Amino acid sequence: MKFKNLSAPHLRTKDTTRQVMIDVLISLTPAIAVSTWVFGLRALYIMMFSMISAEVLDFFIVRVLKKQKNYKPDFSASVTGLLFGMNMSMAVHWWHMLIGIAFAIIVAKHAFGGLGQNIFNPAEIGRVFMLISFPTVMTTWYKPFANMSASVDTITTATPLALLKEYGANKSLSNFSYMDMFLGKIPGSIGEVSALALLIGFAYLVYKKRIKLMIPISIFSTVLIISSIFYFVNPTRFGTPLFHLLAGGMIIGALFMATDMVTSPMTIKGQIVFGIGIGVIALTIRYFGAYPEGVSFSIVIMNALVPLIDLWMKPRVFGTSKKGAK
Amino acid sequence: MGLLTFKGGVHPPHKKKFSENEAIKILPLPEKVYVYTAHSIGAPAKPIVEVGDKVKTGQKIAEAGGFISANLHSPVTGTVVEFTKLVNAASGLKSDVIVIEREGEDQWELLEKTDDHTKLKPEEIVARVKEAGIVGLGGAMFPSHVKLSIPKGKKAESLIINAAECEPYITIDYRMMLEKTSEVLKGIEIIMHTIGVEKAYVGIEDNKSKAISHMKEAVKNSSIEIVPLKTKYPQGAEKQLINAVTGKEVPSGGLPIDIGAVVFNVSTAYAIYDAIYNGKALVESGISLTGEGVKKPGNFWFRVGTKVSELLDYVGIIEEDKIDRVLYGGPMMGISLPDTELPTFKGNNAITVMTKDVAPNKETMPCIRCSSCVSVCPIGLQPYLMKKLADTRKYDDLTNNNLMDCIECGACSYTCPSGIDLTKSFKTAKKVVRAMKQRRG
Ligand code: SF4
Ligand code: SF4
Repeated sequence: MKFKNLSAPHLRTKDTTRQVMIDVLISLTPAIAVSTWVFGLRALYIMMFSMISAEVLDFFIVRVLKKQKNYKPDFSASVTGLLFGMNMSMAVHWWHMLIGIAFAIIVAKHAFGGLGQNIFNPAEIGRVFMLISFPTVMTTWYKPFANMSASVDTITTATPLALLKEYGANKSLSNFSYMDMFLGKIPGSIGEVSALALLIGFAYLVYKKRIKLMIPISIFSTVLIISSIFYFVNPTRFGTPLFHLLAGGMIIGALFMATDMVTSPMTIKGQIVFGIGIGVIALTIRYFGAYPEGVSFSIVIMNALVPLIDLWMKPRVFGTSKKGAK
Repeated sequence: MGLLTFKGGVHPPHKKKFSENEAIKILPLPEKVYVYTAHSIGAPAKPIVEVGDKVKTGQKIAEAGGFISANLHSPVTGTVVEFTKLVNAASGLKSDVIVIEREGEDQWELLEKTDDHTKLKPEEIVARVKEAGIVGLGGAMFPSHVKLSIPKGKKAESLIINAAECEPYITIDYRMMLEKTSEVLKGIEIIMHTIGVEKAYVGIEDNKSKAISHMKEAVKNSSIEIVPLKTKYPQGAEKQLINAVTGKEVPSGGLPIDIGAVVFNVSTAYAIYDAIYNGKALVESGISLTGEGVKKPGNFWFRVGTKVSELLDYVGIIEEDKIDRVLYGGPMMGISLPDTELPTFKGNNAITVMTKDVAPNKETMPCIRCSSCVSVCPIGLQPYLMKKLADTRKYDDLTNNNLMDCIECGACSYTCPSGIDLTKSFKTAKKVVRAMKQRRG
């Protein structure tokens, strides 16, 4: 019998990149469900619209512009699209989103070389792009369970973070309880409101071993430590540590945006450094910056540092001294 | 305390069930054997017979071609009929083969033997092991007499017996421990005596609990200790095994003896016993014939140089179009055979016949930096980065990223969701780097 020469290993895991992406999509379903419950069907439409248009655009670019005739979708664009949609305000129009998605897929992803080559998380870049291009739309927040037929004035409100920035911690917490924040009964970006739903999805990814676990751990610890110190110094101005964990995009950012495989460090050491960086920058912006929220910016800034982090935070090679020298 | 192990690694399916309960059977003698002269790491052996010479089983037919090389002996009784060339599947190049046709009954020509190895001096044992042409039977085929000669200025502190058998499918070492227990233990004692150590450790993975309890029972009141290890691939890699058992690390670029460790495989210990006590040169050895493509998988005693096709005829294989590949060894590090008309080597501990439905047919996609390859690499390398450097032929950067430390275990390729052939490109890159070094002098 004759055979082709094939290289070892002759067994492989069943894991595929496509399956990794599908698992991420699955992990976001609890958050999708809660968002739909809190903001109504329109939230679902926004997320689906975003996801589908990202995938279609990606497909078009690879098939038509890059001329890869046999390309089958890997669903990475769906992940980008879905996360982008989850980061929108309920006030966006479809054409706002199309511009943002196009920016995310064309500039942030394909201009860098496509899947795996991009330096910045495309969804996060898309969001930052939206914040800068359509600031009013992106910071118009709907009340949870608002009656959509009412006038805009009666359904919009401020997020906990905006209240903190403007009136201090007491005002913010008198409007929303920690439990509201944990369950998602607060105004905010469509998909970010429910810490609980996001954590459930995240647990699924951890169970499937699909995630760089050290990143959220490192972000949360950094946020807890720094916000404790600031809270101690001035409780009314800076808010409690728990508040900072639950408010705004902290949870979705730490669990799903910062952990984007492509744009985060490869080693445990690197992931710790990356997480600390995000925590520090996010809180700095929240405390002192012009925006009430800083998680997106902090992730994008740290994305840019990943190549350097990877260069420095190498794993120790077996049989070299623990100090790293030969 | 948890079980001992090393850092990194993967958990491929064990697939031992095919053959683990099959007692070792002796295969009928082959009509013809094809013995490669390049039968170990190092220089090929130099033939000392000519076409037409009558040879007996165990008679020397080729002499070691250097210090790192091993003698060859006739696996059957018969006549040397031909010198030819056959493809060596490991290198893909043609290499010299001595063909011997069997005639009549098996008649052994034995080497000097003893009934008490403690009467022999270490040098005498080394000489006898060398004479018997023993090489490492875990797969690497490193001449055993070289390992037994401790270099000047170095001291052996612990002997570690590799019984991890971490490759999927393979069960021959497991069966050896169950069926040839006292012989294997005797072999271990001989090695201890030769290298001058007080203590030996036998590392066995915990998926072979029967072997663990059986061996534990057998080594009571001796200075051999059975060390159960957490099942994980590549536990049987020399450096990883030493690390799992002793907690020490072989320095990068160094040898186990640098930290006082000497490692022998279970079957090699048996071969050493067989040479010292029975005077038998290494011409037969144990092998698992297994895989989804084999009808009656099992463990066997085969003569070196038997054609793979002949071995497989004995166990029967399924329809040819369902078979994807046939391997020397197991699926993680095994070498795929271009055709089954090739003969076996001393170090073949398994022939695995893999079917199309289990062999990988993963689509290759771009690296998504998932970091799986980094976290499974037992050596602490960064396979994704090395692959990028290899693709762009940045060999100096590759060397700086410890390419030469790669043990080619395949864990990174195994785990990569994007189906990237990482290990393959490191093997090629290592060859290139070695060649470049030679040219630069
Ligand atoms: S093949 Fe080399 S790089 Fe890949 S896991 Fe094994 S040692 Fe690491
Ligand atoms: S396992 Fe594959 S996809 Fe993941 S980082 Fe390594 S090379 Fe890239």
